[in-house]
Amino acid sequence: MGKTLFDKIWDSHLVDHIDNGPDQLYIDRHYCHEVTSPQAFDGLRKRGLKVFRPEKTVCAPDHNIPTKNQDKPIDDPKSRIPVETLEKNAKEFGLTHYPIGDPRNGIIHVIGPEQGFTLPGYTIVCGDSHTSTHGAFGAIAFGIGTSEIEMVLATQCILQPRPKTMRITVNGELKPGVTAKDVALYIISKMTTGGATGYFVEYAGEVVRHMNMEERMTLCNLSIEMGARGGMIAPDDVTFAYVKDRPNSPKGEDWNKTLAYWKTLPSDEDAIFDKEIVFDAADIEPRITYGTNPGMGMGINETVPDAPIEPSARVSYLKSLEYMGFEEGEKLIGKPVDYVFLGSCTNGRIEDFREFASVVKGRKKAENVTVWLVPGSRNVLQQIKEEGLDRILTDAGFEIREPGCSACLAMNEDRVPAGKLSVSTSNRNFEGRQGPGARTILAGPLIAAATAVTGKITDPRTLI
Amino acid sequence: MKRKFDIIESTCVPLPIENVDTDQIIPARFLKATSRDGFGENLFRDWRFDENGNPKPDFVLNNPKYSGTILVAGKNFGCGSSREHAAWAIADYGFRVVVSSFFADIHKNNELNNFVLPVVVSDGFLNRLFKTIENNPKAIVKVDLPNQTITNVTTSEEEKFDINSYKKQCLIEGLDDIEYLLKNKKAIENFEKSASK
Repeated sequence: MGKTLFDKIWDSHLVDHIDNGPDQLYIDRHYCHEVTSPQAFDGLRKRGLKVFRPEKTVCAPDHNIPTKNQDKPIDDPKSRIPVETLEKNAKEFGLTHYPIGDPRNGIIHVIGPEQGFTLPGYTIVCGDSHTSTHGAFGAIAFGIGTSEIEMVLATQCILQPRPKTMRITVNGELKPGVTAKDVALYIISKMTTGGATGYFVEYAGEVVRHMNMEERMTLCNLSIEMGARGGMIAPDDVTFAYVKDRPNSPKGEDWNKTLAYWKTLPSDEDAIFDKEIVFDAADIEPRITYGTNPGMGMGINETVPDAPIEPSARVSYLKSLEYMGFEEGEKLIGKPVDYVFLGSCTNGRIEDFREFASVVKGRKKAENVTVWLVPGSRNVLQQIKEEGLDRILTDAGFEIREPGCSACLAMNEDRVPAGKLSVSTSNRNFEGRQGPGARTILAGPLIAAATAVTGKITDPRTLI
Repeated sequence: MKRKFDIIESTCVPLPIENVDTDQIIPARFLKATSRDGFGENLFRDWRFDENGNPKPDFVLNNPKYSGTILVAGKNFGCGSSREHAAWAIADYGFRVVVSSFFADIHKNNELNNFVLPVVVSDGFLNRLFKTIENNPKAIVKVDLPNQTITNVTTSEEEKFDINSYKKQCLIEGLDDIEYLLKNKKAIENFEKSASK
């Protein structure tokens, strides 16, 4: 019987197996940011340990950093301390570290691929649930907790129960105006917020094959929002073209050898998945969420669904609508919005800024909205300038900020005030995610742009 | 937070809400601390306190009727962010067991790594347990890790729960994964040698 992409990578990284217990998995790449790592480094110090394979860990601060005046020290000491702690730890343990302002700095899930640290066939972990992003390259990538970070730092291994496998195939061709974010939000709403828990997902089908790497990263990034341990896509020529000649990707003879190996990774034709799900691209419209988890989504022109009958689900559903200030059966299109956020590890890449700018071009920012445009990395910011997108955006009255996680989780100053409505290209609409009391509608860059220029929730297809 | 686990009998704190995400368990703005301590005071912060820091009387942790070391929650508990701070907050507040019909993967691992036991029960068991606690806030639940059983003492309903035998042993003996991995270092070095060929 053939093997899946997942099985091939997992099996080739198995160091050991504990009977009636987890597998011991070798980790090729460990990414590290300032929020979830300090306690892991403390743990090493308490046990008197060094980092076992320092060359396999890459650190960058991203969650706490301001998106303005990055050349100056961080004002808020509560944000400054973890950022300084990461720098100190990286130095003490001899790890690669890209500080604020460094041309290679940015959101860890954006810079890893940019720098060629993310490669097909790798096992990749980070103390961050959106580590699934790197699965876009045909890698096993998943988020871990701080105790697990300590395991990886100490031994380059992790103990993990082997997840089941699921393949999600999206057939057909996407309609104009439908983005990778819409595909992801569609899949999550069909699967529900816990529907893929216990599984590692491989995305397949025509739609996925036609996606560029930025789109694939958006899709894999959101896998955790349906509970999946991770999401991945078989590497192909699109992947190889992206990876080639990155600062840390293999070069010369090494490249040829590695490439030959990567080509063996895609799932065999007779491989069997524990679960198979198939969707049709024709059913996917531009999507928005209406509730307080990413599974509560709908087509932009649809109405908020009625509450489920089952009592415990009903209570949670109505609590969610109450928080959002929405009602069953309500249409959200045309609703005035207070904030728009373009950015995050979900939609902070160059392709997202291109899409946003394509709608904005020749239009003006609506006066009633505050708009944060936050590139995912210094590199993305540089590319925005090189492509002249900055001119389009500033002519329209927008301001481009400096890179970081920003309003995705509001650990810096970019916070949506209580009761205000935000259309956000980030990954979570949980209560208080963008600030205590903030109300978040998740959407893709085209909807965010259409909303930013009209001041109300707008179907981008009416502007394109 | 390492402590040995055996049999726990306690009253429960009911939270009959589904899809409780880790942003609710501990909001992001409290993740700036660089130690593991003190997260319990901000457990469920925005459900528990208003914007001025006053307790919200309708939230269960502020209801003096309910107390105990067992948290009983709706399905898909701990979804979302991987932050282990959520498990630290739960442990620091004093919970030793979380009962639900379904847990998110990362959070479940985080609880286990902090000697908090996630007990997965059937939807029926969970709903009946919520009912029991609603009728009697002092109702006792017994969680027997060695025998892998949970009992709603009021109704005598008992259910078996799953836990892999490695993790069970870790909890009973107070051992963690890093100690195991460090002992297995030879295997790691051998793996590296064979992988580089």
